[in-house]
Amino acid sequence: MSACTDDALNNPYVKDDGTDKVIYSSFSERPKHLDPAKAYSSNEYAIIAQVYEPLFQYHYLKRPYQLEPLLARAMPTVSYFDNDGQPLPDSAPDNTIAFSEYRLTINAGTKFQPHPSFNIALHKGFPQDWDAKSLYDLPMASRVLTADDFIYQIKRLADPATQSPIAGLMANYIVGFNDFSERQSALAKQYPQWGKVQRLQSETMSGLKKIDEHAFIIRIKGKYPQFVNWLAMPFFAPMPWEADEFYSNPMLVSNNITLDWFPVGTGPYYLQENNPNRRMVLAKNPNFHLEYYPSEGAAGSREQGLLDDAGKRLPLTDKAIFSLEKESIPYWNKFLQGYYDASGISSDSFDQAVSFSAAGNVGLTDNMLERGIGLQTAVTTSSYYFGFNMLDDVVGGYSEQTKKLRQAISIVMDYEEYISIFQNGRGVPAQGIIPPGIFGHVDGKQGVNPVVYSWNEGAIRRPLTEANRLLLEAGYAQGIDPKTGKPLVLYFDTMDSGPDSKARLNWLRKQFNKLNIQLVIRGTDYNRFQQKMRNGNAQMFMWGWNADYPDPENFLFLLYGKNAKSLHGGENAANYQSAQFDNLFEKMSTMENTPERQAIINEMVAITQEDAPWLWGFHPKAFSLHHAWYKNANPNLMANNKTKYINIDVELRKSYQAQWNKPVYWPLMLILLAFLCLLLPAYIIYQRIERASAL
Amino acid sequence: MINYIIRRLLYVLPVLIGVNILTFVLFFVVNTPDDMARMQLGDKHVNQAAIDNWKHQRGYDLPLLWNTEQKGFKQATKTIFFEKSVGLFVFDLGISDSGRDIVADISQRMWPSLAIATPSLIFGVLANITFALLLIFYRSSVLEFGGLFLCIALMSISGLFYIISAQYFVGKLLALTPISGYAPGADAFKFIILPVLIGVVGGLGSGVRWYRSLFLEEAAKDYVRTAKAKGLSDLQVLFKHVLKNAMIPILTGIVVILPLLFMGSLITESFFGIPGLGSYTIDAISSQDFAIVRSMVFLGSFLYIIGLLLTDISYTLVDPRVRLE
Repeated sequence: MSACTDDALNNPYVKDDGTDKVIYSSFSERPKHLDPAKAYSSNEYAIIAQVYEPLFQYHYLKRPYQLEPLLARAMPTVSYFDNDGQPLPDSAPDNTIAFSEYRLTINAGTKFQPHPSFNIALHKGFPQDWDAKSLYDLPMASRVLTADDFIYQIKRLADPATQSPIAGLMANYIVGFNDFSERQSALAKQYPQWGKVQRLQSETMSGLKKIDEHAFIIRIKGKYPQFVNWLAMPFFAPMPWEADEFYSNPMLVSNNITLDWFPVGTGPYYLQENNPNRRMVLAKNPNFHLEYYPSEGAAGSREQGLLDDAGKRLPLTDKAIFSLEKESIPYWNKFLQGYYDASGISSDSFDQAVSFSAAGNVGLTDNMLERGIGLQTAVTTSSYYFGFNMLDDVVGGYSEQTKKLRQAISIVMDYEEYISIFQNGRGVPAQGIIPPGIFGHVDGKQGVNPVVYSWNEGAIRRPLTEANRLLLEAGYAQGIDPKTGKPLVLYFDTMDSGPDSKARLNWLRKQFNKLNIQLVIRGTDYNRFQQKMRNGNAQMFMWGWNADYPDPENFLFLLYGKNAKSLHGGENAANYQSAQFDNLFEKMSTMENTPERQAIINEMVAITQEDAPWLWGFHPKAFSLHHAWYKNANPNLMANNKTKYINIDVELRKSYQAQWNKPVYWPLMLILLAFLCLLLPAYIIYQRIERASAL
Repeated sequence: MINYIIRRLLYVLPVLIGVNILTFVLFFVVNTPDDMARMQLGDKHVNQAAIDNWKHQRGYDLPLLWNTEQKGFKQATKTIFFEKSVGLFVFDLGISDSGRDIVADISQRMWPSLAIATPSLIFGVLANITFALLLIFYRSSVLEFGGLFLCIALMSISGLFYIISAQYFVGKLLALTPISGYAPGADAFKFIILPVLIGVVGGLGSGVRWYRSLFLEEAAKDYVRTAKAKGLSDLQVLFKHVLKNAMIPILTGIVVILPLLFMGSLITESFFGIPGLGSYTIDAISSQDFAIVRSMVFLGSFLYIIGLLLTDISYTLVDPRVRLE
C-alpha cells in the first residue's frame, strides 16, 4: 500500500522527507518576516509560532481562552507601586498605581534548537568548503535558555533598526522603552562600526531587571492587565544574542540567510528548509523541552476525541511541510486527492463541500462524507463593520438628528442577507462590538441590539417603517434632503471598487435605496483610502478588526476617544468620542473578568448601540475541512502554535491516497488511436498530392 | 559588425536612464514613501514615528528628485532617485524593501522559470513550424480546412481554461501528473510536463497561423517553382528551402524573447505553484516594494534591448546578404 502511494504519478511530494509522520499544508503568499520582533500576520505566525516560544500560551482545549505557562515556570506575579516607588496592595485604586512590575520566572534547562550560531567559532568566519546554501551543513551547537534572552529580545523590540510594529505601542507601557530607543539611535550614529549586539548590550533599559539566570522583572507604566496577553505573543519570545551576531555576516546577508528568514528558537520545530518561493519545512526540534498533550479540555472534548492523545509528548508529528499554493483551485483539488491534510473552503468550492439542511443546519455533502472528511466551524474573534465618520457633517456628530439617520441606516442594512449572499452563510450578524468567544459578549435576548432588532423567540430586524420614521425624525422625510429637495446623497469610500466588488456595491446601493437615499461609491486605491481615513475625509467605510488577545479591551478600544484615527492616529476609525464611554472604558480596561466588569461592558455596548457610530456588521464564521487521518483539529482562534498538537494517522492517509490516485491510462490510448486514425486520410491525400506533382 | 554592436550597446544607456526615470515617476505618483512604509509595517498599531524610522532606515526620507537642503552636486545625488538608481547601472540591484537580496532572489527563482519556458519555447516552435508546413503541404484539402478550424478553436480558448481543465483531467481524473508543485533537479520532470504541454498546445493556434502566413508568402516565390520543376518533392521543397528562406521573420520572433525567458509567466507559475520569477514584479507592485520594481523593470528593459541586438546579429548568420554597419 505504501509503495502505491509513494509511486503515485500525481504525488506532488518527492521522497526525500525521511519520515511519514508529516503534516502537509500550504501558504499562498510568502511571509514578509520570520523575525518575531517584526512578524505580525497570520501567515507569518503559522511558521514562527512553531519555532519561537513566548512565556505563556493559550490552553489548546479549554474555553474560555485561558493562558498557561509555556517557557515560564508559573504565571507572573504582579506588584504595584506608586509614584514614589512605594509598594501598593493589590486592591489599590487604579489611579494610585504608577507602575506595575511583572516578575517572570522561566523553566531551568530549556535549550535552544541546534544551530550554527551557537558555535561561536563561526562568528569569525565559515569553513572554506561551505557553499552558503544550507545552514545545517555547518557544525551546530546549542545552549540553555536564560533570562538574558528575554531581555535581549525586548531590547530588540525597542531598537529602531529592528522596526518592530509594536515598538510605538510598547513605548507607552514599558518603562524606559522610549529612552532606550532614542539612545540606540544616538549610538548607531556615534559608533557606526558597532554591531547590533554590541550596541544593544552596551545599554540597559530601566524597566527591565534581571534577578538571576531564570528570573527577571518587567516594569510597566500604570496598570495594564492585558500586558500578560502580549507576553503570550511571539514578539516576546526569547532571542539569543548569538543569532544576531551570526547572521550579521555579509556573506549570509547576500545569500538571503538572515534572522528574518531563518529563525532560532526553543519551540517544538525548527525551520529545516526555507524557500519562501516553493516550500518551508518545519522539522522536530531534537532539543525541545518536555511538554505533553493536555489531559483536560472544554466540555465535550473527550467525546470529540480531542483527548485521545492526552499525556503524549509533543510534538506529535516529525515534520510539517508548507508548500506554495497561490491559487485556490489547485489547492482544493490536491486536498481532495489527499495531498493536503486540511483546507479552508473558498467560495468556488463551497457548494461542492457544504450543504444546508431544510432546517438551515450546516453539513457536508455526501461526496465529502464518503471521503471521511470532517467539518469544523467557529465564529472568529473578528468584526467586519460599516463605519460612519463621526466628524462628518451629514452622518457624523452627536445630535438627535444625525443619530437617528445612522439608526435608520442600521435598520435597513440587512446583514443577514449580506452573509447569505456574499459569505455563503458563513457569519453571524453582530449585535455590538464584542464578538462571541470574548468576555463581555452577551448572547440571546439580553445581547440583542435594540436599535436594530426586536425579540420574539429570536432577533427580528425592525421593519422598514421604523427606519422611515427615524429618517423623518432625522429631518429627511422619505429620504429627501430639505436643502436640495432631492434624495439625500451619501458617500461610501472604498478601495474595493473593481469588477469583483460590483455585486457587493450594488447590494449596498440597494440597502440605501430602501430609504430613498442615493449612495455614491467613491472608489480609490489602498493608499488614498488610508490617507482619507487618517485625515477624516471619508464619510462611510467598511473596516475590520481581528483580536490580538481575548479581552474586551481589545475591541472596545476601537471606539475609545483617545484612539480616534484622524485626531490621535489610533485605531478608532469612526473618530467616535463619548466622554461617558471613555470614562467607562478607562475603568473597565484594568478590571478582572467579574460580573462588575460585565455590567460596565453592557453599559458601554448600550451607549454605542444607541449612538450607532458603526453598523455592527458581522463576525465571520471560519469553516475548515480536514481528512479523517488529521487528528486533534480544534478551532482555537487565539493559539498560533497549534501544529504541535496535531497527529496524523499515517496508514489511513496512505490507504486513502492510494485509493484516490490510481492512474488512468485508457484516455491516452484513445488519443493515440485518434491520432493514428488521422494519419490514414493524411497518407491518402499525400499520395494524391505526390501523384499530382509528378504530372 | 563590431562597431555596430558597440554603437548599439552605447544606445542602451540613454534608453535605460529614460526607463528608470519613467518607472520612478510612475511609481511615486501612485505611492509615497509613507504609503510604502505603512504597507511594509502593516495596519495595526503603527504610528508616524515608526513610519519615519522605516523611511530613515531605508533611505526613503530624502527628497524624491531634488534636494534643496544640499548644495552643489549633492542637490541631485542626495535624493531617493539617485541613491536608488545609481547601483542599477553596475547591476547592483541591492536589497528589497522587505530586506531580501534581490540578486539572490532572482538567481534562485530564474531556474524554475527557465525549466518551464525553455522546453515550452523549443517544443512550441518545433510544433508550430511543423504543423504550419504540413498545412501548406495539404493546402486546399480537407486536412487544411480541419487544421485551420482547429487553430481558430485553440486560439479562441482562454489560457486559464487550458490550465484549469488540464489540471482537472490530467492531474485529477487521470492522476498522471501532479496538479501543481515543483522540485529541483531531476525531480522537476514530472512537475513541468503539464505546464510545458499547456504552453505548447495553448500557443499552437496562433503560432501555426502566424508561421503558415510566413510560409505561404515564401511558397509563392519563384525559387519554389524552380525547385519543383527540378523534380524535388513538395515535402523536400517545404522543409528544406521554404523553411530556410523564412528564417529571418522566425528569428525576429524568437531571438528577441530568448533573454527574457527566465522572467517566467505569471499565470502558469501561479496555478502550478512554480517558484519562478513570473509573479516577482507583480507581487512587488502589490506590496509597494520599489526596490524590486525598479530592478525588474531595469533588467527587463536591458534584456529586451539585448534581445533586439541578438536578433540583428542572428540575421547575419542565416542570411549572408545582411551586413550590420
